[in-house]
Amino acid sequence: MNVEKIRRDFPILSQTIRGKKLVFLDSAASAQKPRVVIDAMREAMETQYANVHRGLHWMSERTTDAYEAARDAVAALMNAPDRDEIVFVRNSTEAINLVAHSFGRGMLKPGQAVLISGMEHHSNIVPWQMLRDAHGTELRVAPITDSGELDMAAFEALLSDGRVGLVAITHMSNVLGTVTPAERIVSLAHAHGAKVLFDGSQAIVHRAIDVRAIGCDFYAWTGHKLYGPTGIGVLWARRELLEAMPPFLGGGEMISSVTYEKSTWARVPYKFEAGTPAILEGIGLKAAIDYVRAIGYDEMAAHEASLTEHALARLSRIEGLRILGQAQDRGGVVAFALDKAHAHDVATLLDRQGIAVRAGHHCAEPLMHRFGLDSTARASFGIYTTHEEIDALAASLTRVREFFT
Amino acid sequence: MTFDDDVRDLYQEVILDHGRKPRHGHRLAAYDVTAKGDNPMCGDRVEVFVKLDADGKIAETGFEARGCAISVASADLMAETVRGRGKADTRALFETFREMVRTGKCPEHDAGLDESLERLEPFAGVHEYPSRVKCATLPWHALVAALDGTREASSE
Repeated sequence: MNVEKIRRDFPILSQTIRGKKLVFLDSAASAQKPRVVIDAMREAMETQYANVHRGLHWMSERTTDAYEAARDAVAALMNAPDRDEIVFVRNSTEAINLVAHSFGRGMLKPGQAVLISGMEHHSNIVPWQMLRDAHGTELRVAPITDSGELDMAAFEALLSDGRVGLVAITHMSNVLGTVTPAERIVSLAHAHGAKVLFDGSQAIVHRAIDVRAIGCDFYAWTGHKLYGPTGIGVLWARRELLEAMPPFLGGGEMISSVTYEKSTWARVPYKFEAGTPAILEGIGLKAAIDYVRAIGYDEMAAHEASLTEHALARLSRIEGLRILGQAQDRGGVVAFALDKAHAHDVATLLDRQGIAVRAGHHCAEPLMHRFGLDSTARASFGIYTTHEEIDALAASLTRVREFFT
Repeated sequence: MTFDDDVRDLYQEVILDHGRKPRHGHRLAAYDVTAKGDNPMCGDRVEVFVKLDADGKIAETGFEARGCAISVASADLMAETVRGRGKADTRALFETFREMVRTGKCPEHDAGLDESLERLEPFAGVHEYPSRVKCATLPWHALVAALDGTREASSE
């Protein structure tokens, strides 16, 4: 993979920050956008834009075609059996809330349980707490090991009473980088009668997702981490589940007919897409998918594995630096704590060198506490990240520690 | 520019020193009012303990903080500069300090605050980092909450 060529596709990477070259190591929070995504959205607005699915005019038909082409692109990306199983939402958070509302309230019974893991983002914790409080389901948490991997024995034990109706779990931790064993999780869950939802927000950036091979029931992800625009995310779900689930939001677009007495729902997936959708964002997402598929997941994964290995080697040599998580199977995010400096001070000092990292609890407070920390700094990598940028991070971190010692 | 030059505008020696070795960073054995401050966005937490004298003025302030160098140093210099001040006086100092860390400039103020503001002046560099302003003000929010008798403060 030619990283220098890829970097030229991302206009923002030529920026300087405080007179220094931008070293953007915060892609796990949101990735930068290639020119093709920017152009696709701009061109749609300049040449071919109207509302979708309703106008009987040329502009609307063309825009509908472009927007629906995004659904085809997503279905192909995930190897979904049926394009109608792709529901567009705003982001992963909304996708999980949709499942919590429509599947949780509609198809889980009070007394059944939802099983999550000890390394979830708040977006895969809070909706299940809300469901618990509103609907009487139980919330169970499968612990993780000190190395930051799912404790499979404990996970299986929590399934054993057969009361778990849904396993909702990350496919890749946004803090530890841990990739969870998806196929094994699915086979254990299904054996105990539970459906499985994966939060794939991070995973889809780092590896090809094949929902047929994984065998799960729901898979959620968001466009902006995959080099696409903000405001569009994806919920894939098995068609029979989408058919059986009641709608989430009500309004236009999601209905078949409306009278004051009764409304009937549009067919799947439109039943779950109330209101004018994120049309331009859908068009941008398709451009992003085309872009990453042209590069190829094998190439991207190999590049990120090499970056991650390099980062772990470089950072682990820094005195007083502790890396969270040592999972065998991991993606390109590395969270760390320095003994002499608070994560916010680390992030501010790195920022002064033009290096952007995230600092804080990474929307995963329970996970931070699991490791006895309140906050960490996190470096995360994308297709445009270079080994030299990681060297710059390591060199700066050494100086940060000296500064606070 | 060297690494040090780049960061010294924010991390002046006094901030580093008080961040590393706070003089007032402990719970008071006896105190009259207390409050917790919480910054939910970043997880910083501070708890202040205030002992008042017979006139209701601050005799001593101690704190327990979990946070960055800016927030710990700010709590420590706050404890130092509010000694001997009443409630209104403390609030006036806080308002002026807050304006200074937000804008980088010290606004017009009562002459009685001069000396304290000079001591707090190193925090003026925080204004260049909008996301860090809350780090500097969190202990003050907690202190004012303690004096007001509300037990919890948030820098949100």
